[in-house]
Amino acid sequence: MLHLERTMNSLKGTADWISLRHVTEKTTFRTVRDEKPDRNHISFDQGVMVEVLVDGHFGFAGTSDLSDSGIKRALHKAVSIAKAAALHKVHAFSADHRPVAEGKYSSPVVKPLDSFSAKEISDIFVEATRAMSVSDKIVSRSATAMIVETHFHTVTSSGSDFEQRFSIVSTDFSATAGAGGEMQTRSDSGGLARCLQIGAEVFDRASIIDRSKKLANEAVELLSAENCPDTSMDLLLAPDQMTLQVHESIGHPLEYDRILGDERNYAGWSFVKPEDFGKLQYGSKLMNVTFDPTVSDAMASYAFDDSGHKATKEFLIHDGLLIRGLGGLESQSRLNLPGVANFRSSSWNRAPIDRMANINLEPGTSKLEDMIASVERGVFMQANKSWSIDDYRNKFQFGCEYGQLIENGKLTKTVKNPNYRGTTVKFWNNLKAVSEVRETFGSPFCGKGEPNQVIRVGHTNPYCLFTNVEVFGA
Amino acid sequence: MNFTEKTKLAFNAVADHLLGNLKSHEQALVNLHAEESLFVRFNGNKVRQNTHVEQRSLSLQLQKDKKTANITFSITGEIEEDKKRADFWLEQARQECDLLPEDPYQVPIKNNGTSDSTFKGTLLSDEDVVKAITAPAVGTDLAGLYCAGPIISANKNSQGQSHWFATENFFVDYSLYLGEKAVKSIYAGTSWDQKAFEENLAQTKNQLNLMDRPKKVLQPGAYRTYLAPGAVAELSTMFAWGALSFNAYKQGASAMQRLADKERSLSPLFNLRENFSMGLTHQYNSLGELAPEKLDLIKAGELQSFLISSRSAKEYGVTSNAGDSGESPRAMEILPGTLKKDEILKELGTGLYLSNLHYLNWSDRLNARITGMTRYACFWVENGEIVAPIADLRFDESLFDCLGANLLAVTDFQEIDPQVSTYESRALGGKKIPGMLIKDFKFTL
Ligand SMILES: [Zn+2]
Repeated sequence: MLHLERTMNSLKGTADWISLRHVTEKTTFRTVRDEKPDRNHISFDQGVMVEVLVDGHFGFAGTSDLSDSGIKRALHKAVSIAKAAALHKVHAFSADHRPVAEGKYSSPVVKPLDSFSAKEISDIFVEATRAMSVSDKIVSRSATAMIVETHFHTVTSSGSDFEQRFSIVSTDFSATAGAGGEMQTRSDSGGLARCLQIGAEVFDRASIIDRSKKLANEAVELLSAENCPDTSMDLLLAPDQMTLQVHESIGHPLEYDRILGDERNYAGWSFVKPEDFGKLQYGSKLMNVTFDPTVSDAMASYAFDDSGHKATKEFLIHDGLLIRGLGGLESQSRLNLPGVANFRSSSWNRAPIDRMANINLEPGTSKLEDMIASVERGVFMQANKSWSIDDYRNKFQFGCEYGQLIENGKLTKTVKNPNYRGTTVKFWNNLKAVSEVRETFGSPFCGKGEPNQVIRVGHTNPYCLFTNVEVFGA
Repeated sequence: MNFTEKTKLAFNAVADHLLGNLKSHEQALVNLHAEESLFVRFNGNKVRQNTHVEQRSLSLQLQKDKKTANITFSITGEIEEDKKRADFWLEQARQECDLLPEDPYQVPIKNNGTSDSTFKGTLLSDEDVVKAITAPAVGTDLAGLYCAGPIISANKNSQGQSHWFATENFFVDYSLYLGEKAVKSIYAGTSWDQKAFEENLAQTKNQLNLMDRPKKVLQPGAYRTYLAPGAVAELSTMFAWGALSFNAYKQGASAMQRLADKERSLSPLFNLRENFSMGLTHQYNSLGELAPEKLDLIKAGELQSFLISSRSAKEYGVTSNAGDSGESPRAMEILPGTLKKDEILKELGTGLYLSNLHYLNWSDRLNARITGMTRYACFWVENGEIVAPIADLRFDESLFDCLGANLLAVTDFQEIDPQVSTYESRALGGKKIPGMLIKDFKFTL
């Protein structure tokens, strides 16, 4: 059995600073399609990342060989590649970039995941896909869960010892309807957007069956709906689509590693410049955005990032003014700007980089019905199905599954293929109303980095009303 | 013993151990992924981070009568420890089978043959990488990733099938920046040749010099457009997103549905196939089935076949063509045409020359309509002369138009687009892609 503290004691002195990060992650996929099992896959991944500081440069070596000799081999590799790069490093770092951390974090769980069997999930999912048989126009019915149980444990030569245990479930229920050459899909808030730190209580049979029926009915309804009009008008976005809007046009451009150019060869740079902090009016006065690792059930709530930096809630945008970006201790030193605890790795085999975590729009004061009532001509869009934005995070185009026209203060016709496009700062400055209610969504799959990494992100957002947006029906 | 040799010993011992422990009504398939990788990330021609990774995992499919369980687990390369893990996960797989309903589309395990290929490369030593890349790039603002080492993909099953594929490769996937203007390139292979890398770098620098003029801001609209192989490669990723999957077609999620149903057509100039003779990845799929060396998917603008896995074949009562589980192309080739390299600008006349595209997504899947951005070396051309780099544009365009009636010509040359994906593990493979001249390519923002 791997004993991190003992292993660390045997390694001390081989580098200026050493860390061992042991990660185990069990991921279970369960998909039922058309009432039959489609995909049942369990993946159990484990390994250790050895991180060393040599001549002001951090070197990393990850291994799935957890024996003493495997870890020693990784340590020597980390030291030798750190030495080879130290003369050409982007910045001189020190052990101060890895504060001493002690403590534990666990996801809030009512009913542990292992108390709920594969059979129970399978039974509910068979029933859910059966509930989607609302019409002979339905061509595909599916129910998916991605269940993740993860344990990160880090010990360092400077005395850090912290553990974080995550219990995460992402689900999706989806129905596709087809007739007369038309094809429409409704999902449960878009892809796997419904994801939380939670236990088996998430598999609430009654709610799942209800949602499944509703989605299937809406897919059929969309078949005979008109296309979303091509025009500029008011746009009301539901919290599930706000997830994507906030993620792509606020989260990514505020990441310090993007601003520093680390990401330029892959996801891209950022229109935000270091001198914009404290000066750029990112959006209207109604816009308040936080980095918030304290939302209890959101995907990216945690106590420490992988550097040991303690995670606290911070305002990124206050009354529309950009005040803080998303960067861990290394980026904060490189930019000489304050940041947040977001230096995170996808697993034991990747080095941490600046990531989003929970990025949220704070609630406003409007009631949803008043927001709708205030619109003379507009469209209400729900559930993301398409997303694209440029490498500086300016010009975006997003598509949703389900649209409804708002005419003279009332929701009227359902419209299909609703899309909209815009540029980031202009769009956010047209934010006209923010609801007081919020909902939490997220994504298990935010991709970034070289080598590539996916990370889990959470987004708790209100309904938001924007004026003068270019919308169109595809 | 090097990584590949050690892994081969461990895989054979552990897979045989596991398969030897099956009971009479059980069948199993074991897949191995293993890699030893060095990743060096550069920014400003300096090292941002470097990481060495040694990882091995086994994926077990257990069939117990009509039940199917799939479990992937990490192994260490140490035989005794890995046997213990295999025992544990085999028992877990048995329990899964007991809990799950019968799998009506289970593909019976059979012996699809034996193969054994190990390709040795000539790689830089880990300690020499930083100098080999930064020294010739002095004075440039280089950002990107060097990645190298052995990758192994292998499988065995309880019917005696055995495939082994090991290779050693590298890539430098990089951009050179000049302020906000940039040019992208990839140098990849199995034998590092310092001179070849320096030539690749020199070409990229030359292209960057062409960018050193004020950007031209264009209004949205339809433009005559040349897509260089790098841009077509990005467009071709959409064919891997369910478009050519038979299962996706049956489930109403294929963008080529209207092509299959003959409601829309593509240009007679457009030909897309699987071609494993390119040698970028192994021909067998994750079940160990041998894919045809060449398989026409779209020929002269008409759909010849979807990719069909054995599981889909069973579900829909059709014949499998050894599509892998995701039914995406694994060795995509778009065939060349007749447009010569030195005639591209002349044939383009006045319009856009696009080297790369970025962040594509469906804006209307059923109509194969795609939105995305221009990126990197993109120019405005007038009367066959490059005039200026452009400010990036968003396009929104249907494949049925740009690869249909609006496709004017395909280049007579192709470029290899190596697989550079490193999510969780390094991917194998790549594509062979030509450039394309298109009229009325539509830009919206
Ligand atoms: Zn993301």
